[in-house]
Amino acid sequence: MFDKKEIDIIKREKNKWQKEIYSKHIKNHTERKKKFENLSANEIKNLYTPADIFHLDYLKDIGFPGDFPFLRGIHPNMYRGKLWTFRMFSGFGSAEETNLRYKYLLKHGETGLSVAFDYPTLYGYDTDHPLSRGEFGKCGVAISSLKDMEILFKDIPINKVTTSMTINGPAAIVWGFYIANAENRSIDRRIIGGTIQNDILKEYIAQKSWIFPPEPSMRLIVDTFEFGFKEIPGWNTISISGYHIREAGSTALQELAFTIGNGVEYVKWAMKRGLNIDDFAPRLSFFFNAHNDFFEEIAKYRAARRIWANELKKLGAKKPRSLFMRFHTQTAGVSLTSQQPEINISRVTLQALAAILGGTQSLHTNSMDEALALPSEKAARIALRTQQIIAEESGVTSTVDPLGGSYYIEWLTDKMVKETYDYWDKVERFGGVLPAIEKGFYQREIANAAYKYQKEIEEKKRIIVSVNDYKMDELIEIPILKMDEKGEERQINRLKKLRKDRNQAKYERNIKKLRKAAEGNENLMPYILDCVHSYATLGETCQVLRDVFGEYVEPTIY
Amino acid sequence: MNDIAKKVLSGDQRAIARLITLAENNDSAATKVMADIHPHTGNAHIIGITGVMGSGKSTLICELTRIFRKQRKKVGIIAIDPTSPFSGGALLGDRVRMMELAMDDGVFIRSMGTRGMLGGLTSAVYDVVEILDASGKDVIMVETVGVGQAEVDVIKIADTTLVIIVPGLGDSIQTLKAGVMEIADIYVVNKADRQGVQQAVAEIESLVDISCSEKDRKTPIMQTISKDGKGIEELVKEIINHFKYLEKTKEIEAQRRLRYEAELIEIIKKSLMNFIFDESKLKNTVEKKLDQISSKEVDPYTAANEILGKILK
Amino acid sequence: MERKIRVLIAKPGLDGHDRGAKVVARALRDAGMEVVYTGLHQTAEMIIEAAIQEDVDVVGLSLLSGAHMTLFIDVARLMQEKGLGDVLIVGGGIVPEGDIPKLKKEGIKGVFGPGTHCDVIVDFIKKNVKR
Repeated sequence: MFDKKEIDIIKREKNKWQKEIYSKHIKNHTERKKKFENLSANEIKNLYTPADIFHLDYLKDIGFPGDFPFLRGIHPNMYRGKLWTFRMFSGFGSAEETNLRYKYLLKHGETGLSVAFDYPTLYGYDTDHPLSRGEFGKCGVAISSLKDMEILFKDIPINKVTTSMTINGPAAIVWGFYIANAENRSIDRRIIGGTIQNDILKEYIAQKSWIFPPEPSMRLIVDTFEFGFKEIPGWNTISISGYHIREAGSTALQELAFTIGNGVEYVKWAMKRGLNIDDFAPRLSFFFNAHNDFFEEIAKYRAARRIWANELKKLGAKKPRSLFMRFHTQTAGVSLTSQQPEINISRVTLQALAAILGGTQSLHTNSMDEALALPSEKAARIALRTQQIIAEESGVTSTVDPLGGSYYIEWLTDKMVKETYDYWDKVERFGGVLPAIEKGFYQREIANAAYKYQKEIEEKKRIIVSVNDYKMDELIEIPILKMDEKGEERQINRLKKLRKDRNQAKYERNIKKLRKAAEGNENLMPYILDCVHSYATLGETCQVLRDVFGEYVEPTIY
Repeated sequence: MNDIAKKVLSGDQRAIARLITLAENNDSAATKVMADIHPHTGNAHIIGITGVMGSGKSTLICELTRIFRKQRKKVGIIAIDPTSPFSGGALLGDRVRMMELAMDDGVFIRSMGTRGMLGGLTSAVYDVVEILDASGKDVIMVETVGVGQAEVDVIKIADTTLVIIVPGLGDSIQTLKAGVMEIADIYVVNKADRQGVQQAVAEIESLVDISCSEKDRKTPIMQTISKDGKGIEELVKEIINHFKYLEKTKEIEAQRRLRYEAELIEIIKKSLMNFIFDESKLKNTVEKKLDQISSKEVDPYTAANEILGKILK
Repeated sequence: MERKIRVLIAKPGLDGHDRGAKVVARALRDAGMEVVYTGLHQTAEMIIEAAIQEDVDVVGLSLLSGAHMTLFIDVARLMQEKGLGDVLIVGGGIVPEGDIPKLKKEGIKGVFGPGTHCDVIVDFIKKNVKR
C-alpha cells in the first residue's frame, strides 16, 4: 500500500523513535501493564505505523464501499443515505402486553420490530405444555398459535415496518404464523419484510435452544430459503448469528470465525439441494455482538465483510447482493453489570458506537436494567435514545468508514481475517462443521474462553467497573418490570378455546399431510402454512416434526 | 444385620447411594456393611464399557438399558470420569445423556471420580459393583472414559468387556492405548452410519485374528448407531451370549476369581498405605526417611525395606 | 481419609444459558469438589432423583430465564418432601434483589447474581455444607 522505499525509512525511523524517545520516556512514565491485550488475547503494540499494513493491497484487500470486497461498507454512501434500522429486541408476557410495548417503541422513533419469544415458544411447546411451567412470558412473549400472532401485531402496519424474529428450532412454523397473519389481513405476502433467525448451527454450538437433530434441521432451513426467494422475496430467511456464540463466552475472533464458517455451511447445504446461489444468497443476513473492546469489535465487522465476499465469490456467487454481508448488531448482554446498573448506559453507548463505526445495518442497544430483569419502558427508551444521539449528534455518520486507513484498525482487521482461516483449518481437521459440533470442538473452545475470562476478572487482570473495582454499597433503585399476572391464564384459555372452535376435520387433514411430507423430502413450508391456517398450534405442529425427525441430544462439554 | 445393609438388600435407592459414599470415603462404617452384603452378591452380569471420548458410550449405555429394562432386568450404571490430579476435584458429566433413565425405579446411576493414583480405577469401584449387585441389579454397566489405566483395569471387574470404536479419521483405533484393544470380549463399531466403517472393521479383524487365534471363541465385531437405536438388540443378544459362554465353559468362575484377587490386592494396598502414611503410626518414620534420601544418606530401596521391616517384624 | 464434597449442578426449566453453570462447575472442581452436571431441561423430579442417587451434599441450580420463583421453589419443596432437607441448595442467575428473601425462606440458602466471584460460591459451600 506504500512505496517500499518509504516503508524502509518509516521502519528505520520507528526503531529510532522506539529507542531514543519511547524507551526513555517510559523509564520515567512506567506503563500500567506489562502487556496490553484485547479480548481475543492478541497483544497490542504501543504504536502502529504504515509498516504494519505494508503487505495489504488497497484495491484487493480493502477497496471502496459498495464494491468488492465490501470491507469498508456494503453501500457506497452508507449512513449519508439511510441510517441503520433502530431495532429493539423486545417481548415479554402475553401478546397483548408486547403489542403495547411495540407501539410505544414505534412512537418513540424505533424503525423496525424485533420479537423476543419465551422459552416454551423457542422450544416449540404451547403455553399449556408441562415443560412450560414457570416460563410463560419470562424472557420473551409467548406465541402458541396464529391467534397470538394476530394479537401481537394488531394495529401495527406490517406492510411497512419490518420484523425480525429470534426463533430457530420452530422458525418455519412461527414464520408461517407471520405470513398467515399478513394474508388474513389482505396484505400481499410478497411485500412483507423481516428476518427469521433460523440459525440452528449456533444453537448446537452455543445457545442451546434446538429441537431436532442437525440433518432434518438443515433440511427445514433450506426449505425456508427456497420458499423465501420464491414466495416472500422481501424476507431474510436466516440471520446467521455470532451474538449467542459470544454471549456463551467466546472471544471476538471465535465469534467471527465460527459464524462465517456456519454461513458457508448453510450455503453448501442449499447448493447441495440444487438451489442457485444467486437466488438465495441475497437473503442471507448476519447478526453480531458488540462487546467491550472498541477497536477489536470494529475490526471484526470489517473483517467479516471481507471474508464473506471472498468466500461467496469462491462458491460462485455473482450478484453484489449475494457477496455483501448485511448484519444486525446487539450490544453485549453479558457485559452488563447488576452492580451500579445505570453505568450500563455508558457501556452500551461505546458498544453501539463500535457497531456503527463497523457499518451495521441494524442495531439493538441493551437497556441498563437487563442484568436484573426484562427492560422497563423507561430503560428501553433510554437505550433507543442512545442510538438516536449517535445518529443525530455525534457526526460519525457524515463519512463512510471513518476509521478506514487507521494503521491499527487495518492491521487488526487483516489479522482477524487470517486467524479466521486458521480456525477453519482446525474445523476441517475435525471433518467439517457438523462433526466438529458432535465432537464438541466449538463448545470446548467457548467453555475455555469463558472460564479464562472469568478467572481474569477474579484475579483482577481485567477490570470491570463496579464488579472488581470502583465498587460501592448502594441501594439499587431500578424499577423492575412487572408483568400482567393474568396473562398466562388468558393465554391458556385462548388455547383451549382455539382447539375447541377450529374446524377439527381440516386441522387433522393438514396435520396428517404435514406428517407425510416430513417423512418424504418435499419442501415443508406449504404444508406448515396449511397447518397454521387451520389453527394448528405451535406445539401440535412441532410435535409432528418431533415424531418424524426425533430430538437432538448434545454432547457433554465443560 | 445392620439396618443400612438390610435396606441395600431391599433395593432402597437412598441406602445404596449412602453406602456408596461411605465406601468411596473409606469410612470404617462401610466395612461392616460390606461384610453383611457380600454373601448376597454374584447374581449380576457385570459389563465393562470403554472407548475414546466421543465414541458415544453414554448414548449406547442408554440404549442398552432401554432393552434390558424391556426384559425386566434391573440395571445399575457406574460412570467414571477422571479426577483432576491438581485439585482432587472432578467433573462428572456422563449423567447428562442418561437423565431420562433416572426416573425409572429399576435404574440406578452413579457418577464417580477415579480418585485413585495414576489414572487407574479407584478401588471403590469394586465396592460399588458389590453394592449394586447385592441390591438386586441384574445388569451392572461400568463406563470409563479416555484412554488410560482405568480401561485396562475394567477387565478385572467386568464379566464382559465392550470396547467401543468409532469409524472415520482413522485414528480411533490407534489412539486406544496399547493393551486396550486386547481386553475386548465384544468390539462395538458405533456410529456405523459414518464413512470408514469397513476400514474400522477390517482393522479390528486383523487384530482379532492375532489375539484370539488360540481361543475357541472368536471376539465378535458388532455395528451400532446408538443415536438411532440401530444394532442395539443384536448387541444385547451378543452380550448375553457371552455370559452364557462364560457359564458354560466355567470361565465365569475364573473371571470372578480374577476380580476378587484384584479387589483383595487393592484393599491390602490401601490398608497398607493408610497404615504407613497415617499420622499416628509411621508418618514420622516416612518423613525421616525422605529427609535421608534427599540428603543422600540412604537410597530409596533401603529406606523402603526399613519401613516395611517395621510392619513385618 | 479426606471427605470430598459432592455437588449436583442442575439447570431446571427450558433455559439454555449454561455458561454460568459450567464456569461454576469448573471452579468447584478446581476447589477439589466432585461435580455432577445434569445438563439442560431438568424437571424438579429428575433433579431430586439425581441428588438421591449421587448422594450429593449440595444442589446448585442455575436459571437465567426469570422462572426461578417457580422452578427453584419447586425443587426446594420437593427436596424437603423427599427427606433431603440436609442437602444445601444454592441458586444462581438473573434474580432480582426483591426475590431473594422469599427464596431463602423456601430453603435456597445462597443466591448468587451476575458478577459473583466463583470464590464466593466455593467459600459459601464450604462453610454451609451440612453433611
